Amino acid sequence: MQNAIELNAVKKQLGNFTLGPISLSVPKGCIVGYIGENGAGKSTTIKLMLGLLRADEGEIKLLGNNIKDFTPEMKKDIGYVFDNLYIPQEMNLKNAISFHEKLYGSAWDSKTCNSFVDRFNLPHNKEITHFSRGMKMQLGLTFALSHGAKLLLLDEPTSGLDPVIRDDVLDILLEYIQDENNTVLISSHILSDLEKAADYIAFIHKGQLLFMEQKDELVESCGILSLSSEQARDIDPSAIIGKREHKFGVELLVRRSLVPENMDMDKVSIEDIMIYMIKEDRQ
Amino acid sequence: MNIRIKNSSNDPIYLQIKNQIRDAIINGEFEAEELLPSIRVLAKELRVSVITTKRAYDELEREGYIHSVQGKGSFVAAQNKELMREKMLKKIEASLLDALRYAKLAEISKEELVQILDILED
Repeated sequence: MQNAIELNAVKKQLGNFTLGPISLSVPKGCIVGYIGENGAGKSTTIKLMLGLLRADEGEIKLLGNNIKDFTPEMKKDIGYVFDNLYIPQEMNLKNAISFHEKLYGSAWDSKTCNSFVDRFNLPHNKEITHFSRGMKMQLGLTFALSHGAKLLLLDEPTSGLDPVIRDDVLDILLEYIQDENNTVLISSHILSDLEKAADYIAFIHKGQLLFMEQKDELVESCGILSLSSEQARDIDPSAIIGKREHKFGVELLVRRSLVPENMDMDKVSIEDIMIYMIKEDRQ
Repeated sequence: MNIRIKNSSNDPIYLQIKNQIRDAIINGEFEAEELLPSIRVLAKELRVSVITTKRAYDELEREGYIHSVQGKGSFVAAQNKELMREKMLKKIEASLLDALRYAKLAEISKEELVQILDILED
């Protein structure tokens, strides 16, 4: 089993939104950043993987098994965190932990759970409804990591959280994949976080997967050129991925391999690539 | 060993890592056969992707600075002094050829070049 996630021509119709057909393979042992605009289909994809939605067409395999054939035991190998904590809000920490302990049975790892509770300094007697957003996410992450999951699916876990907490999440994910059998798929808007730690970037736009590439190669293969409008005309159109025209010139996102080597280019970030590509599509 | 990653550098991150480990090996900061940090530990500490550190190690292996044993890790290769000298000579030659080319363009004589070398050495 080499791939932790395999989507094969997966399609889902939700109202007038169509996701897919999406095909995606994620090798185990890596962190994949799943990016795209609001409404691009990120959450839908993750819900399909978790079986919260059923695909109209195609096949989904997690950890080598078709999710249709998943046994309750196999489900324990998957950990997930959403942008909110979907458990009864009147529970306190103790109730919530014993709830998960029963849910996961022998797979439950109390030691890991306690160590994260201590690390996050989560309050023991407060009802979850009084937890801050950050604490809810930390608790969700604690549960996701406390049953020996081999695959973590995180849907916008860090949206709306402060940089310090986000940074901490990054550390935890990097610790998690110290075991090369573990894999993370994380959707996020905060691309600077993914920029640091992700091995692959998968970009979804209007329900279609535009690419999944190694982050380093992606960033190295592109550059930003600032030119005058006249100079811009000399650039091979096939090199241009996106452009921003303004009164005093043009900025082009280009493929480095298709423009002359000696041109002065700025480095790109994942955010640049996403913004330029989406804006190009709107024009 | 210290590794510093500069985001402002034009060198890709894998190359920065590779060059710094290579220099540390050449400078004798490691014993022969010393175990290097695993690609995952290195990635975590430096906060870069595992693919980045793997690429750095792959290149170091290809150039003969380290060797990897499946399931055990990467080790510093015993450095062959002759081989190292050979590699360095090649680099010097390449740099000198560049210098000669610039000298020709600017009509700088060989004597002047030797003078520059003397001054630089001091």
